Amino acid sequence: MSQPIVPQKTYLLVFLGLVGLTILTTGVAFIDLGPFNTVAALAIAFTKMLLVILFFMGVRHSGGLVRIILVAGFFWLTLLIAFTTADYRTRSWTPAPDSWSTTAPPTHP
Amino acid sequence: MTDAEAHAQNAGLAHQFEDLEQQQETDALGIWVFLVTEIMFFGGLFASYAIYRWLYFAAFQGGSHILDIRLGAANTIVLLASSLTMALSVRSAQAGNRRALALFLVATMILGGIFLGVKAVEYNQKFVEHVVPSLDWAPEGQTLARLAPGGLEHAQIYFFFYFAMTGLHALHMIIGEGLLLWLVVRARKGNFNPHYFAPVEVVGLYWHFVDIVWIFLFPLLYLIGGRY
Repeated sequence: MSQPIVPQKTYLLVFLGLVGLTILTTGVAFIDLGPFNTVAALAIAFTKMLLVILFFMGVRHSGGLVRIILVAGFFWLTLLIAFTTADYRTRSWTPAPDSWSTTAPPTHP
Repeated sequence: MTDAEAHAQNAGLAHQFEDLEQQQETDALGIWVFLVTEIMFFGGLFASYAIYRWLYFAAFQGGSHILDIRLGAANTIVLLASSLTMALSVRSAQAGNRRALALFLVATMILGGIFLGVKAVEYNQKFVEHVVPSLDWAPEGQTLARLAPGGLEHAQIYFFFYFAMTGLHALHMIIGEGLLLWLVVRARKGNFNPHYFAPVEVVGLYWHFVDIVWIFLFPLLYLIGGRY
């Protein structure tokens, strides 16, 4: 690839950062933060993912086409999770009318 | 340089490409599109995981606390180290250092093997504790005490997710190990040079992707609801 050769030190530092974040996420799990335990775990995982994508996968030096494809992938993943979650969480807000009940025998005129 | 000359100069250049740079860009783009389909593939599991975890949080918490957090964290670091050696493999190929390329590829294979070995130990532990859904589901003693508050049926759903997600991940690792072996053989034959190392780069991107999946699986499966 026409990509520049990244110094070994950069990869080592990124790796040390990733190990540090792994220890951090494990440590945070032993502290009671309520619902923020999940938020912290996901935020740390997201940071680790960015480090891997930008440095190890070299997206820092990638062209626009690769970036667009990557962003499109995450966009569709967000849609998938957001709409599925939204459906399940809001279904109970508007209960189905009694006449739709599946327990009632079907009436034939 | 004419097309024929470009092809005569490098055996790694496939006939449909003008030059090596075009071929490399095409290879990289191809693997990125493949990785996006992989994101959607795992995405379906992550989305259903999100729903069931929300529906049966207590059961998921109970199931999560059965897993060995030390093994999970240690394995995460092993896999991150394998990503480091993979990145260094690509770098060695770029720099034209064949010896380092082969060494780093073998190191990546060994680290991946350690990860799979630890995973096998963990799977075995699930059979020992009888928390394998459908096949061997009969938790007792302390395991039962941890799972009971969330309901045993729902704890079984957690372990379905555990085995489906880590199993699919492990399958990707095994495929990755095969690809690495292929790269080691080709590297030893001297197939790669600073102008042609697309296979190393493509397998590298795949390997890092599998690493990223685990980066999310570790907190989502091992760290539910905290361990305090």
